[in-house]
Amino acid sequence: MSDLILTPNINGVDDFYAELIATHEGLSDADSQALNARLILVLANHIGDRAILTQALTAVTPKEEN
Amino acid sequence: MFDDRYTLAYKLYPYERSADQDADTPVRHPVVVMGGGPIGIATALDLGLQGIPVVVLDDHEGVGMGSRAICFAKRCLEIADRYGCGEPMLDKGVVWNVGKVFHKDDKVFEFNLLPEEGHKYPAFINMQQPYYESFQIERLREIQAKGAPVEIRGKNRIDNVEVKDDHVVLTVSTPEGPYTIEADWLVGCDGASSPLRTMMDLEFTGKVFQDSFLIADIKMKGDSQFPTERWFWFEPTHGQGASTLLHKQPDDVWRVDFQIGWDVDRKEEMKEENIRARLDAFLGKDVDYDMVWSSIYTFQCKRMENFRHGCVFFAGDAAHQVSPFGARGANSGMQDIDNLGWKLGLVINGKAPDSLLDTYNTERVHGADENIMNSTRSTDFITPKSPMSRLLRDSVLALSEHYEFARPMVNSGRLSVPCCYDGSSLNSADALDAPARTRPGSPCPDVPLGDEFLLSKLGNDFILLTIDVDAPDEIEEAGITVKRLALSTKDDPTLLLKERYLGEAETGVYLIRPDQHVAARRPNFDENQIRAAIRRATGKE
Repeated sequence: MSDLILTPNINGVDDFYAELIATHEGLSDADSQALNARLILVLANHIGDRAILTQALTAVTPKEEN
Repeated sequence: MFDDRYTLAYKLYPYERSADQDADTPVRHPVVVMGGGPIGIATALDLGLQGIPVVVLDDHEGVGMGSRAICFAKRCLEIADRYGCGEPMLDKGVVWNVGKVFHKDDKVFEFNLLPEEGHKYPAFINMQQPYYESFQIERLREIQAKGAPVEIRGKNRIDNVEVKDDHVVLTVSTPEGPYTIEADWLVGCDGASSPLRTMMDLEFTGKVFQDSFLIADIKMKGDSQFPTERWFWFEPTHGQGASTLLHKQPDDVWRVDFQIGWDVDRKEEMKEENIRARLDAFLGKDVDYDMVWSSIYTFQCKRMENFRHGCVFFAGDAAHQVSPFGARGANSGMQDIDNLGWKLGLVINGKAPDSLLDTYNTERVHGADENIMNSTRSTDFITPKSPMSRLLRDSVLALSEHYEFARPMVNSGRLSVPCCYDGSSLNSADALDAPARTRPGSPCPDVPLGDEFLLSKLGNDFILLTIDVDAPDEIEEAGITVKRLALSTKDDPTLLLKERYLGEAETGVYLIRPDQHVAARRPNFDENQIRAAIRRATGKE
């Protein structure tokens, strides 16, 4: 079973980042939030592996509650 | 009537009366350069080393104060090396490899650049711009003494230009009154606010972003020291700006750049007590320092549509301006001259058609666009333009504290690297199955050769580099002499020649331009193909 990749894994990361920002350009906050939600679901489906998805959710969950 | 616009660090070329001022009819020069900054002097070095007469007209009498450009990148130093003044720069400059990134008050991560081995010059050096300019001018004096037909005239300000079909007529102001000269070619290296551009009524378009920076050179006193590292703050709480950068320079001088926004009261910000207040908040109360120099500067991301207008060329900031992130200002200006010099030399000597000069425009516009794109991306990351862009940026910074994957996404400036002239009409089709970094159009990467380096051996002319291939020592094609540099992988202890120029290929032949960009490459010496490549690289096919 493979692990969640947390080392650099995108070739041309600046291109990707610029494309991500450009995709949001001109959208209202609400539309931007909705776009992000759709993006998460599309990417999650692409990943597919349930264990990896759980690891990803754990990785981004705040460690300490305040 | 003839006041300085800025304070000089060194007065290197005081006004002297020229014979042109007493001539009955305007004297015609092959090349006049407008502006004696780093790019103007580079033009004089490039052409002067080719034996082409150049007159540089500068409205000041030396180099201005202040660290200004500060970061000089590898390619810029390699070009200076080609002109014979790279080594003193390397000796003087500060090299750093460790950087730290902060968000608000917290350190997010630190990195080591881990520079690639086997280059004469590091990825870049930090050095006050007046040093850079002085080394170039010293070199200019040296080649002058050896007979190179170059001249700098201080306090000679071009106030009017008439552009004719095949020359320009220039009205030049001096402390002793105006005179007129003519030039077959004029190179405008007169900076971001280029008076030449205004005189010719040419547009400078494509504004992407505007911001201002308060920059200060400070000398630490007593025990106060910081390590030789680059420290970059996103949204520092101490300065109320979008970013702050702390960088070491030679002579124990530190450079601090506060990004303070477009809409600031310059006069108020420039008051010493206000600059000190910012510095004190930033450095902490215990740090004692002297202020060496400070300035506010603004930038925009813009370029001219065309860098060539008949017999007039624009280079450096006069042609294009970028944000400071990534050090793409002076560095790209040097690449402009690297590109223009040999082309103009060949055309003046009747060895290439005028159309070769159009490729200065296409190739350097390509470079400027790449620089503008990169610096715009950095600017967007540092100063996000929308709430979502900010949220994503802050998320990248937060993740980068814990996860390595997010660190390459942190963009506080992508270091200036030379562009590859992909698609240039001067390139021949790639015929060698070797690494992409040496494909036609690309700048030659350096390789150690015993005690020397490859780039120093390439020199200032066309070269046929052969690796384990027989070829004539010299080829002459349509007036262009190409000398051979024969190398072998048998004499490549670092294996870097093979790694960078052959990869899986067994042998290779490279045609290399005077600006050290690859024009053509193939596995063997095919005389017809090489001759065609030489013609193509000089605008004859």
